[in-house]
Amino acid sequence: MLEKYLKKRLKEKPILLMTHIVVGYPSFEASMDLVKEMVKAGVDLMELQIPFSEPIADGPVILRANQTALERGATVEKCLEFAAKAAGEFQIPFLIMTYYNILYRYGVNSFVSRMADTGLKGAIIADLPPEEGSEYLNTMRAHDLSSVPIFSPTTTSERMAYLNGFAHGFIYCVARKGVTGAQTAFSESLDDYLKRCRSASSLPLAVGFGVSCKSDVDYLSGKADIAVIGTQTLRIMEKDGVEAVGKFVSELRP
Amino acid sequence: MEQRGYYGRYGGAFIPEILVSTFDELVSAFEEAKSDPSFWQEYEEIMHTYSGRPTPITYAENLTRHFGGARIFIKREDLNHTGAHKANNVMGQGLLVKRMGKSRVIAETGAGQHGVATATMAAKYGLACTIYMGETDVLRQRPNVFWMERLGAKVVPVTDGSRILKDAINEAFRDWVSNMDNTHYVLGTACGPHPYPEMVSWFQSIIGREARKQILALAGKLPTRVYACVGGGSNALGIFNGFMNDPVELVGAEAAGKGLHSGKHASRIASGDGSPGVAQGYKTYFLQNNDGQMKETHSVAAGLDYVGVSPILASLGESGRVRFTGATDKEVIDALRLTMKTEGLIPALESAHAFAQAFKEAPGLSGDDIILINQSGRGDKDIFTVADAFDDPHWKTFIRKKAEAYHA
Repeated sequence: MLEKYLKKRLKEKPILLMTHIVVGYPSFEASMDLVKEMVKAGVDLMELQIPFSEPIADGPVILRANQTALERGATVEKCLEFAAKAAGEFQIPFLIMTYYNILYRYGVNSFVSRMADTGLKGAIIADLPPEEGSEYLNTMRAHDLSSVPIFSPTTTSERMAYLNGFAHGFIYCVARKGVTGAQTAFSESLDDYLKRCRSASSLPLAVGFGVSCKSDVDYLSGKADIAVIGTQTLRIMEKDGVEAVGKFVSELRP
Repeated sequence: MEQRGYYGRYGGAFIPEILVSTFDELVSAFEEAKSDPSFWQEYEEIMHTYSGRPTPITYAENLTRHFGGARIFIKREDLNHTGAHKANNVMGQGLLVKRMGKSRVIAETGAGQHGVATATMAAKYGLACTIYMGETDVLRQRPNVFWMERLGAKVVPVTDGSRILKDAINEAFRDWVSNMDNTHYVLGTACGPHPYPEMVSWFQSIIGREARKQILALAGKLPTRVYACVGGGSNALGIFNGFMNDPVELVGAEAAGKGLHSGKHASRIASGDGSPGVAQGYKTYFLQNNDGQMKETHSVAAGLDYVGVSPILASLGESGRVRFTGATDKEVIDALRLTMKTEGLIPALESAHAFAQAFKEAPGLSGDDIILINQSGRGDKDIFTVADAFDDPHWKTFIRKKAEAYHA
């Protein structure tokens, strides 16, 4: 379902944009304004991160956003209500991004059913390799939701093929070592890595971790299918407010 | 990566994809070492010549007389180099680091003992070393910070989250995902993703292997009960491993803080407040809310102030093989006071939890019974906390004068 949508969009645009927000940060109202701005600015799909107290794969900016959202009363229930509202109101696909404990405590089955019932399209779980995720993967498949696997530069080609066997929708390719929001220039080795990703999967490739400006997006055009903008929009919102995010996103593509 | 490292329902390896190949490498290095008899020999040799092993068992004659019940024996892990059982795990992982050819180590620390042990190992083996420590713990364990820095380590205070042990673990993982090529993460307890629970308890099993032989030689029989404090659980698993297949009751003392029903404790099992969850790469009992967000914990002992517990202990608790109880901050200070005065021993605040629990139960046992307490570390590091708990006026005067001297 999601794969079809993405491939159709790709016929119209050289590269798609996926943005990310931490639900409830800095508030639920501001989160909804952000979604509105991003959709208006033309993003093709969005990750809604349900905050977790121990986000080990996230760098300092998203980590603090998680913490602040929790301190200000973000609960899983409120986040799911928010996600349902966003999915009902805006015509782009929304995915949940979070850590496994959120699903585990809620009940994997109930969580996935609820995602399906409220029009969400898939999920990215940062700390759930398929070896630990059979209940999750089976339930996602049964509900026709996309379970998005993660490739990293340290993933062997053999393992990419294995991960691809569980993939639906698209592949999330982590561009570099480190946590979200790290700042280093893309390198030539990224090209080789993306070639390996491409030969491991026929699904669209999303590239994230450190994509922060138009030149990054330009660089990825033709090499990947989706540019993922995560930490940078948080930085812009914190500095210049929600509207500045809309302007930033709309200028990422020609 | 196969699905491995389960103990009943607990354990596993819930790791971000970027670390999968690093864990594969670690698992195979560990498996190789385990099946190579010369590795354990080399390990025992270094623990003997560098850390002073075997550590003795001391008969606590005065405490035995004081309680009038079971005969009390103490396994002296405080006599390890750097003053705690932490050295056992760290030196073992150090040998693995050499095998893997890495040049840098990182570690988390709560009380600072694991950090000091890691910094010591790094100095000896010529490795770069960074230690992550919650800001709260930096403040309450300043002497250990001083030693880590003198030993050449970089100490990074962690200012995110609740600023204690779990937050230091998260930060160490964040470092590792950027630097795994040259860096090994020396996790300090039997928690985290596979192979850490198994690997750390394997190195720590040296405690129990020695203790079983020693108590048989000293007392002519096995102990009725063995007591150990439980933070992450590495010293407990270390000593329990020696008696796992014997008719010996194994008792884990968690940090009951201000009381098991006060909500201000770090007891994941005995309090009944913990529940199964997945965080920091593994599944176990955590102190968490219904949403799965980790709660703040409290203990007078920084090394026990942790939201999770070894998956091996979670499973042994569920099967009933290990009995879990809690000792409160107050019981711990009282036990420490008594142990110092009667035996001239200074257990770490962490270890004093095992003493406190043993003291509650010793009078109910007979003179034929033996109890063995694991003194996992020495208490010198706790001088500031203990001086505060005793409200020691001479100490306060000293600190004031010292501060004035620095101002002058």
